[in-house]
Amino acid sequence: MDELDRAIINQLQGDFPVSDSPYAEMAQRLGTNESELLAHIQRLLADKVLTRFGPMFHAERLGGGLSLAAMKIPPDDFERVAAIVNQMPEIAHNYARDHVMNMWFVLATETPQGLPEVLEKIAHQTGYEVFNMPKIKEYFVELKLQV
Amino acid sequence: MDAIDRAIILATQCGLPLVPQPYHAVAQQVGITPDEVMTRMCAMLDDGMIRRIGAVPNHYALGYKANGMTVWDVADERIDELGVLIGRLDFVSHCYQRPRHLPDWNYNLFAMVHGHDKVETQQKAFLIAELLGDACRAHEILYSTRILKKTGLRITG
Repeated sequence: MDELDRAIINQLQGDFPVSDSPYAEMAQRLGTNESELLAHIQRLLADKVLTRFGPMFHAERLGGGLSLAAMKIPPDDFERVAAIVNQMPEIAHNYARDHVMNMWFVLATETPQGLPEVLEKIAHQTGYEVFNMPKIKEYFVELKLQV
Repeated sequence: MDAIDRAIILATQCGLPLVPQPYHAVAQQVGITPDEVMTRMCAMLDDGMIRRIGAVPNHYALGYKANGMTVWDVADERIDELGVLIGRLDFVSHCYQRPRHLPDWNYNLFAMVHGHDKVETQQKAFLIAELLGDACRAHEILYSTRILKKTGLRITG
């Protein structure tokens, strides 16, 4: 990772311009040129140092339903339940965690009313309670990772 | 959000085109003028539909390998004041109030903490504990042991 890579990660986590030639504008600010900047972003994406470059949307404001849910699954039944949960298209990500509450997933639905339906379906198909933990308040969401 | 906003989201949610004039490329794909794409994206930034535009780093690739979901049982009457405080810490990426599910789950404040290893994440959690002080009754750090699915949030056409 060179200096420009670090500058891209540290200084480009927001504030990318909305203009005719935003990469050229940004390149000037970072002390490089447009083609160098584009090549570096391309390589950071290819190397998976960046997962994405572009707008980050606020899911709830797009009108759908969004929530975090957790389940307590006995270890010997975990894979069966994971398979049921994962095959639902509404599940955006699902993590195993080191806790009695050992399965945590984020689900997104086209409409807010779709959420309880999916949660009910999961409870019914797996036979376990689903603990719905939608956010009540958001205090801050911003990536501030530095390299 | 109307059909044109939706088309712009569909065209950009996987990333902005890596060409000298990315908004012109989006305009061509959506079938509107570049000016309209830029006006609408600025409006989406203003009203918060777009949080930000830029690089989305991969924690693991940057060496942050111990990403802990820290969960806290905070006195309800102080949670807003303290949530704002915790959310400002530079090692916390997400900070939310969520409902308790008694008796199974008594934590109401969630903060994602990023560390290079578990010791660093624990030290950072300790800083949070100090800030919360008496208002916090208990806390835990939940590490992910396996990614079971990761497709990300996407709207579909």
